[in-house]
Amino acid sequence: MEFTNGSHKTKEMNKKDKIDLSVNFAGIKAPNPFWLASAPPTNSGYQIMKAFDAGWGGAVWKTLGMPTINVSSRYGSTNYRDTRMAGFSNIELISDRPLEDNLREMAEVKRHFPDHAVIASLMVDTRKEWEDIIKQVEDAGADGIELNFGCPHGMCERGMGSAVGQEPEVLKTIVEWVMEAANIPVITKLSPNISHITDPGLAAVQGNTDAISLINTVKSIVGIDLDSYAPYPVVDGKGTNGGYCGPAVKPIALHMLKDLMQHPEIKSTPMSGIGGIETWRDVVEFILLGATSVQVCTAVMHYGFGIVRELEAGLINFMENKGYTTIYDFAGKALPNVTEWKHLNLKSEVKAKINEDKCIGCDLCYIACDDGAHQAIALPTDGGRIPTIIEKNCVGCNLCSLVCPVEDCITMEKFDDGKEHETWHELTESNRIPDTWNDDRAGGKGHYVPEPLEALATKRKDKSGMRN
Amino acid sequence: MAEYKQPANEQEFKENFKQKKPLMNDTQAHYESSRCLFCYDAPCMNACPADIDIPLFIKQINTGNKEGAAKTIYDSNWMGNACGTICPTGVLCEGACVYNNQDVAPLLIGRLQNYATMSVIESGKQLYSPGEDNGEKVAIIGAGPAGISCACELRTLGYSVDIYEAKSQPSGLTVHGIAPYKISNEEVIAEMNYLQNQLGYNIIYNHTISTKEQLTELESNYSAIFIGVGLGATASLNMTGENLNGVHGAVEFIEELRKNHSDVKIAQKVVVIGGGNTAMDAASGSARLGADEVTLAYRRGKDSMGAYGFEYDLAVSAGVKGLFNASPLEIIGNGSVEGVRFVKTESVNGKLTIIEGSEFTVNCDMVIKATGQAKQGSLLSMIDNLSLDEKTRIIVNADTNQTTNPKYFAGGDAINGGAEVVNGAYDGKLAANGIHQWITQN
Ligand SMILES: Cc1cc2nc3c(=O)[nH]c(=O)nc-3n(C[C@H](O)[C@H](O)[C@H](O)COP(=O)(O)OP(=O)(O)OC[C@H]3O[C@@H](n4cnc5c(N)ncnc54)[C@H](O)[C@@H]3O)c2cc1C
Ligand SMILES: Cc1cc2nc3c(=O)[nH]c(=O)nc-3n(C[C@H](O)[C@H](O)[C@H](O)COP(=O)(O)O)c2cc1C
Ligand code: SF4
Ligand code: SF4
Ligand code: SF4
Repeated sequence: MEFTNGSHKTKEMNKKDKIDLSVNFAGIKAPNPFWLASAPPTNSGYQIMKAFDAGWGGAVWKTLGMPTINVSSRYGSTNYRDTRMAGFSNIELISDRPLEDNLREMAEVKRHFPDHAVIASLMVDTRKEWEDIIKQVEDAGADGIELNFGCPHGMCERGMGSAVGQEPEVLKTIVEWVMEAANIPVITKLSPNISHITDPGLAAVQGNTDAISLINTVKSIVGIDLDSYAPYPVVDGKGTNGGYCGPAVKPIALHMLKDLMQHPEIKSTPMSGIGGIETWRDVVEFILLGATSVQVCTAVMHYGFGIVRELEAGLINFMENKGYTTIYDFAGKALPNVTEWKHLNLKSEVKAKINEDKCIGCDLCYIACDDGAHQAIALPTDGGRIPTIIEKNCVGCNLCSLVCPVEDCITMEKFDDGKEHETWHELTESNRIPDTWNDDRAGGKGHYVPEPLEALATKRKDKSGMRN
Repeated sequence: MAEYKQPANEQEFKENFKQKKPLMNDTQAHYESSRCLFCYDAPCMNACPADIDIPLFIKQINTGNKEGAAKTIYDSNWMGNACGTICPTGVLCEGACVYNNQDVAPLLIGRLQNYATMSVIESGKQLYSPGEDNGEKVAIIGAGPAGISCACELRTLGYSVDIYEAKSQPSGLTVHGIAPYKISNEEVIAEMNYLQNQLGYNIIYNHTISTKEQLTELESNYSAIFIGVGLGATASLNMTGENLNGVHGAVEFIEELRKNHSDVKIAQKVVVIGGGNTAMDAASGSARLGADEVTLAYRRGKDSMGAYGFEYDLAVSAGVKGLFNASPLEIIGNGSVEGVRFVKTESVNGKLTIIEGSEFTVNCDMVIKATGQAKQGSLLSMIDNLSLDEKTRIIVNADTNQTTNPKYFAGGDAINGGAEVVNGAYDGKLAANGIHQWITQN
């Protein structure tokens, strides 16, 4: 038996120890940025204790407010091929458990986990109600408050949730009430069901919120039952719009986070990123766009609290490889690279390249480019199946590399020498934009397209005579 | 030592002859179908002798349209369910799946195919109905895969169809010849009933066409005749001892096995002579019936066997021992078989030569000859102007399967000398369209 392995391990651990995942989010401290979003996984003290024990750093308690009744059934999902719950929808309301039970359990959780973040999500109606409930959760030991202005079903019909989130003026007023009453940090949670996320974002900042979290769920119908003709989830033959979340909404959340983080009056507000987070990579992406804590719901509803192991290990590995010691070292680092279209370099050129040794001959790239892009891929004429890129036709759209089922088989190679730089903005400024259809400066003019009739000449191979 | 105990009853028989390709459940089918890439000009489809639109039916399974998947399959292949289980998929569709090029397991196309077809067979879902009666009648000789497929297709085109079948069950070798661990009799017959219930062709069982008069009658009563008679009994070896008790033809042995299951008596020591797929099935079958020792004797080296590698492997896994470069000289015995005398062979410049003085005997109490099926020459010679090739195969036009006697069309083993069920199915369909073309143009 050798002991070198053991000492190796200690070294590894030291390296890992240098990494500090703890956060101070608008004054709310937590051992790490992995928080549970206000949702079924935070419905009870039992669940939250179990989650902290599993490694989560914080939890936003399932929204407290007023007595509600829930329906059954409550959830629907978007399954993509063999992937279940690529998107997830619910028509559940805020907590239907008695307030006293929630407050008692909240105090108990804080007693056992004093260093973890326990945040009370709240949704009530009148100013008096807000003041009362804030006092109650502060007494229970909550580290912060999250204002739920997002729920897009049920509660909004009663003038709360997204009904507030969609009215920046009302939102601002309520945030002001809360800020006057609260002694602990306040996070305003935004609804994505709005044209410009910066409108409610700005209202929250003007109301003096300490932080913002986003996104809540997206109004949706995940599907229609083909026998009852009712939307999922079906409740006694009827359904209603649900709130959509899970992996499918991540792109929407990232975009909205970016919009807030680039807004001059909002960007200094701490952001808690929510929406479709399931892997370490998702976490890193939200942080790169400026989030300094992340919240997770669907992934836990799918896999349980244990997925935090993967989030943590992946984040640490990323930070080690990049040489970061805290998440603040790289928070927002992608923001300067998200720009407007008009500032993109029109002189940059990439083209697809097929690695023949890896290609398995599915010819999906061929048909994708021929039917869905730029007719820039050719098949061999001898019946072989390994396609080739027709470089002069390839516009570098990426499509073939996206459909190719083999890892790193189609790569996009740089073709320009990197010396030239010209943007639509610069062209406009210097009055050089194309202004007629036949203008030589226009993009599509010199592009190859086949003659329309060639479409009918390239019939599928005749199969008769294939057998022997 | 024997791998299998002699089955004493139907339950034990089923254990020994366990289905090689069991039916998938919904979850398996869903996950498996999810893997299909929907390749362009899909190689799997190009490798299917019946040209089934494989990516389409797999996608249909994945989207919950099982019936649509079954229709896609039957549109190209009337023996869709049988083929899913008994086709040598490893050398056809599955062998061509692009995943192989990446050392990833290919799609389980055959089993997905069964998943779709069995669902409609079980539910009895009507996917086809006969075409409007066009007043023309066609006779079919032989209710094998070729004959049945021709009948189905003709019915959709509006022809009345009478099939004359020598035996008492439809599907030919599918129910009589194919190894029982590939497909059960019930499954074969269920598909046959499913098709006949929808399309309503007549089958006249126990009715062998064997005389000139019968042929003349068919010619005068029907607008066209399709020959789907397959091949005949096991060919003779022309060897001393062939008539001893305990010497059987492989096709006859397997037919017996398919019919009588655990009631078939197997000997302790069996020698199977031959190197084709039928030899493998006979050897595997003997082992699974509980024979102590099964020797598969082949004249040439292992690599020259006509059988697919996977069929040989299957036989070996059932306990069969291969004996190569052993050419049989005579079957010895006194009333009953006692052994086979062989002489060793070697390949000299690609030519098989006998090694003088190397004779040896393998003791046994049963011999199975798997040395090919005889052709149906006597029947075929009664048909006027019917040209056969040098191997007694009927010569047909490759686009219509019409023979040199324009009233006759043919397909299946009778034209290819012995291939697979799927080839027969393709031929029957092709010939039906050939018949339709010929009749409508005359
Ligand atoms: C042992 C064995 C194993 C096989 N295993 C496989 C396998 O695993 N997979 C596979 O795909 N293929 C397999 N095959 C091949 C396959 O069975 C044949 O290719 C296929 O059945 C040929 O179909 P067919 O319609 O041409 O002829 P057949 O299936 O032979 O059918 C001919 C029919 O015509 C009838 N008939 C014959 N003469 C007359 C007459 N004069 N009058 C009336 N009726 C007549 C017969 O009774 C029979 O029903 C196997 C064959 C054998 C022998
Ligand atoms: C069943 C369900 C109930 C939810 N209830 C609440 C809630 O009470 N309060 C709230 O602020 N958000 C609620 N949400 C929204 C989530 O907190 C979160 O914003 C959203 O699910 C996006 O994150 P995800 O993609 O990780 O699921 C709920 C979500 C689900 C699925
Ligand atoms: S990058 Fe786009 S244009 Fe170029 S070959 Fe691929 S699909 Fe065609
Ligand atoms: S998509 Fe990829 S694997 Fe398929 S043919 Fe194109 S390069 Fe080859
Ligand atoms: S070759 Fe394989 S992956 Fe491609 S379509 Fe056929 S079964 Fe699907």
